[in-house]
Amino acid sequence: MDFTFTEEQVQIRDSLRRFLTETYTLDRRRAIARAGTGCDPEIWRQFAELGILGLGIPQPLGGIGGDAFDALVVMEELGRALVIEPYLSTALVCAGILVRAGSPAQQQLLAGVATGENRLALAHDEPDSRWRLDAVATRATRKGASWVLNGRKAMVPDGAGADHLVISARTESGVSLFLVPGASEHMTRTALMSHDGSSVAEITLEGLRVPADALIGVEGGGLPLVEAASHVAVAGLCSEAVGAMDALLALTLAYVKTRRQFGVPIGSFQALQHRMADMLLHAELARSMSYLASAKLGVRSVGERRRAISAAKFLVGRSARLVGQEAVQIHGGMGVSEELATSHYFKRLTLINASFGDMDHHLEQFAAATTAELHSAALTTIHSTPATRRSVPDSRSPQARPGR
Amino acid sequence: MDLNFSAEEERFRSEVRAFVAAKLPAAIRDKVLGHKRLEREDFLTWVRILNTRGWVAPSWPRRFGGQEWDPARQLILEEECALAGAPPVLSFGPRMVAPVIMTFGNQAQQEYFLPRILNGEHWWCQGYSEPGAGSDLASLKTRAERRGDTYVVNGQKTWTTLAQYADWIFCLVRTSQEGRPQAGISFLLIDMKSPGITVRPIVMLDGEHEINEVWFDNVEVPVANRIGEENAGWTYAKFLLGHERVSNAALGPSKRALRELKAIAAATPSGGGRPLIEVPRFRDRIAEVEIDLMALEVMVLRVIAMDRERHTPGPEASLLKLQGSQIQQAISALAMEALGPYAALHQPLALSAGWTGSSAGPPLGLGITGRYFNYRKVSIYAGSNEIQRNIIARHMLGL
Repeated sequence: MDFTFTEEQVQIRDSLRRFLTETYTLDRRRAIARAGTGCDPEIWRQFAELGILGLGIPQPLGGIGGDAFDALVVMEELGRALVIEPYLSTALVCAGILVRAGSPAQQQLLAGVATGENRLALAHDEPDSRWRLDAVATRATRKGASWVLNGRKAMVPDGAGADHLVISARTESGVSLFLVPGASEHMTRTALMSHDGSSVAEITLEGLRVPADALIGVEGGGLPLVEAASHVAVAGLCSEAVGAMDALLALTLAYVKTRRQFGVPIGSFQALQHRMADMLLHAELARSMSYLASAKLGVRSVGERRRAISAAKFLVGRSARLVGQEAVQIHGGMGVSEELATSHYFKRLTLINASFGDMDHHLEQFAAATTAELHSAALTTIHSTPATRRSVPDSRSPQARPGR
Repeated sequence: MDLNFSAEEERFRSEVRAFVAAKLPAAIRDKVLGHKRLEREDFLTWVRILNTRGWVAPSWPRRFGGQEWDPARQLILEEECALAGAPPVLSFGPRMVAPVIMTFGNQAQQEYFLPRILNGEHWWCQGYSEPGAGSDLASLKTRAERRGDTYVVNGQKTWTTLAQYADWIFCLVRTSQEGRPQAGISFLLIDMKSPGITVRPIVMLDGEHEINEVWFDNVEVPVANRIGEENAGWTYAKFLLGHERVSNAALGPSKRALRELKAIAAATPSGGGRPLIEVPRFRDRIAEVEIDLMALEVMVLRVIAMDRERHTPGPEASLLKLQGSQIQQAISALAMEALGPYAALHQPLALSAGWTGSSAGPPLGLGITGRYFNYRKVSIYAGSNEIQRNIIARHMLGL
């Protein structure tokens, strides 16, 4: 057991925090959000210089090769500074897919990711899928040596700005992934603005033709890749939320110590002290679960990983809601204004819950996995009617059967 | 960063598991797992068994008979014992009064009391709360007047857990009316057999006798039984509270209770042909508390790691107590709700060890509702959760 960060991790954290504190002010962030692209080229270049863009990429492929806790450190800082740049989707999620399954030709892109020249986006969710990973209606059909893709992809982070997309589509043998240049004919990308200032895209594929070598990994092998990527994303979002909660708690604390009413700082009121004690408790529970999520990313057992990831996302979502709502409430009128960072943290924390599965989704995933486990343990002792066995909720658990 | 126990700690876990499986008497285990009433001898039998391995208070310093265990090992021991259905080793002796005696007591007190805590000869209870002094502990009124080599103690303590079994009571008493209320308090060790002590049962809401009033009527206590300085008792009392660290998180007991909750929900028909655990509305509530328990466990490990580094306990224990108690209450509520209409059954006779009849209702239902009622105490005792929030606000948030 060891809860300390390595010297390198402390260095990454300190240099990133210093850079963001100096550069990524609330005004700068507002300007980036107003621009609508969700990514400031100068910030992105600095990210490359700091080395964080190559964190998810091994050295032989042009990166610097970090582990899950290096990523956790970075994501916490990005959360603390309310960074809207698409770091997670490019550097951790999509890079991770190519590292794991990309062909040598596809992996050549990774050096560009590390230097900041290339940005990748994962186009997986669809208008009707509501985070179910296996609910892929987009089709890819073989036409000679090419594939032709038809369908719609929804709420793709950085989907309009990325120069390459990882697109999932159903083929004869299951879900398959394709690496596709962002500017392609027969693909329409509509950039939309998110409440947190980041950019997302709705994407329509109408006869998009891609060569055979666009396939990532084996045909039909896409779902495990998407699931692994979603686990990386969830762990990253959990860390980001922890950083954001830290900062929001600090802001709120500073506010109650300086804001005076009835002649005293409002922080002297027990009603507020107890609310803040609960905020701290829930922020610390969230931190604990973000550690657990990152620690379990590498475990071999898929069941164990799924349980930890869903537990973390659920609990962090719950903490984020409580901390966010309470911070706004305690700030009073200032909390509902656009002027302070408070409301911006609240909005980001709220949207994290709606990304890669909300609380209900992950509670369902967790409960289904846990019930299945209980059944297999208790089948012989407690009740073993055929009805009981049939009702093991496999069908309600999309993540319980990747690859089908 | 590494959240796993070491290979050595895991080996130790297996060792504890094997020991408990071999040595815990089945009759005691069945009482604990079946929510039957535990008697004095049940607790003490288990203490004596643990003492054969030096496991009653293994985190004590070696010179007092301990093994200077790391808190992680202590956690593993408590968890394995709880999961197997062992009675808890009550805190009052090994984890409350003992550290005070070790730190502030004199050599004679150390030599007399500490070995008797380890071998189960002395059962300790805690004389803190009074009818007029609960959260505002320093307002306590039980007074001790010095007459030569003895104090004469008069007053009343209350909510005293298992005082009916106790041999000794550690008491906060008022020895001075001067200055701040905290300044006039002394810490006395009092023999429960002293003339003038009366123990009166307080029946709790579950119908059980667990707590008491302890009355002192001109009870003579040798001055030699005072810890440290006169009027410095408040310092010792605060020190003591800092030592109830991770056990207030109740990880082991809550893991056992969760396991039991799932067994109840899996064995309970929901009326629709499927067991209750498959009814999503109920299943989700179990899932949420299970996730809470996962987070609490990581928190406990983090606090242990923090303590290890800075060698002094910090205020994080309040977070553990606050959340640990909420989880205990949540699980006990779900288990009761799982019983549906059978939750109403009150079968006090079936809780006693001598009961040979059968009990009505579901097989796993005995004592479940009683525990729900009883467990309202966990957010009240050892510093109510409101007091914990005060501590968090003051010491962690600087408010």
